[in-house]
Amino acid sequence: MLNRLNLHHHLFLFSTMLLLWVLLTGSIAVDELIAGVIVAAVVSLISAPYITIFDGIRYSPMALISVFTYLGYFFIALIRANFDMARRVLSPSLPISPELLEVETHLESKLGQMLLANSITLTPGTLSVELRHNRILVHWIAAPEEGVSLEQATKDIATGFEKHISGFLK
Amino acid sequence: MRLIADILLLLGAIFCFLGALGLIRMPDIYNRIQAGTKAATLGSIAIMLGIGMLYPEWWSKLLCIIGFLLFTSPVSSSVLARAVYLSGIKPWSKPKQPLKNSAGEKS
Amino acid sequence: MTFNLLELLAAGFIGAALLLGLIRLIIGPDAPDRVISADTMSVTVTAGLTVFAAYFNSALFLDVALVYGAISFIGLIAIARVIEGSNS
Repeated sequence: MLNRLNLHHHLFLFSTMLLLWVLLTGSIAVDELIAGVIVAAVVSLISAPYITIFDGIRYSPMALISVFTYLGYFFIALIRANFDMARRVLSPSLPISPELLEVETHLESKLGQMLLANSITLTPGTLSVELRHNRILVHWIAAPEEGVSLEQATKDIATGFEKHISGFLK
Repeated sequence: MRLIADILLLLGAIFCFLGALGLIRMPDIYNRIQAGTKAATLGSIAIMLGIGMLYPEWWSKLLCIIGFLLFTSPVSSSVLARAVYLSGIKPWSKPKQPLKNSAGEKS
Repeated sequence: MTFNLLELLAAGFIGAALLLGLIRLIIGPDAPDRVISADTMSVTVTAGLTVFAAYFNSALFLDVALVYGAISFIGLIAIARVIEGSNS
C-alpha cells in the first residue's frame, strides 16, 4: 500500500506535527516527547489521506538547502520592503503610482503558488490580489511606467522568488 | 545583550507605528493594505525577537508565533485585497494621469 | 521585570500605533478600510501581548498571543467573504 512517495508524505507530516508539539510544549523531557510521538503518529496517520497541500514537495537534500536560501532571500526582501515602505510613508509628497498588473508563474503545486503569492505580498511595494490558474494579479505601489508588459512584470516581481521556491516545490 | 534586545524592540515598535501611520496617510484601500500588512508583520517579528533575547527560555513559543504570523498575515491581506477587488473597487491612481482601465480587469 | 527607558519608549510606540489604527477604524470611509485597520491592530496587539508577557514575567501571555492571532485571522477571513459578496 505504502509506496515511496506516500512514505515520504507520512514522514513529513509526522515530523511537522512532532516539531509543532515540541515547540508548543517547549520542553524535551522524555515523557513529554513520548506523548508527542504518540499524538503526532496518530494525527498524521488519520489525516494523511486528506491532506493534499503537501503534494508538490521535492524530497531531496538539495531541496533542504534551497529552503534555507529561500528563507534568506525572503528575509532580505522583507526588510528592504519595510524600509521602502517607511520611506514612502514618511516623505511628505507620498511618492506612489499604483497599478494593477498580472504576473505569470511556472509553479504547479498549490503550496508553491501560495508561497509565491505570500512572498510577493511581503516584498517591496507589491501585493498579490488574486491567484487564477497560473496568473497572479498584483497591485504594485510604484509601477515604473504605465502599461508594463507581462514578461517585464514577471521578471521584476516573481522570478527571483520562483527560482528559489522551485528548488523545493514543484 | 539587553541593549540589542532593546534596540530590536524599539525598531519593531517604530515599524508598527509607521505601518499605522501608513494606514492614515495612504489614499486608498489597496495601498493601506500594503502599508499595514508589511510594516506590522516585520515590526511584530522584530518585537518578538527582542523579547526572545530578554527571555531566552521562551524562544520556542515565540518561534511558533512568528511562524504563524509569517504565514497568516500575508494570506489575510491577500484575501481582503481579493474581496475588495471582486466587489468592484478600482485602485486609486495619481490625479494627474487620466483614469484608464488597468491591466487586470479585461481578463 | 522593570522596564528601562528604551523599552518604555517601545511600549509607547506600540500604543501610538494602536491609537492611529483606532483613528482609521473610526474614520475609515468603508468597511474594508475598517477591516484592514482592525487586522493591522490585531497583529500589533499580538506583538504587544508578548511585551506584556515580558512585563508581567509570565509565559501565560504567549499562549494568549498565539490564540488571539489565530482567532483574529479566522475572523478576518470570514469578514472578507462577507465583503466579497456584499456589493457585487
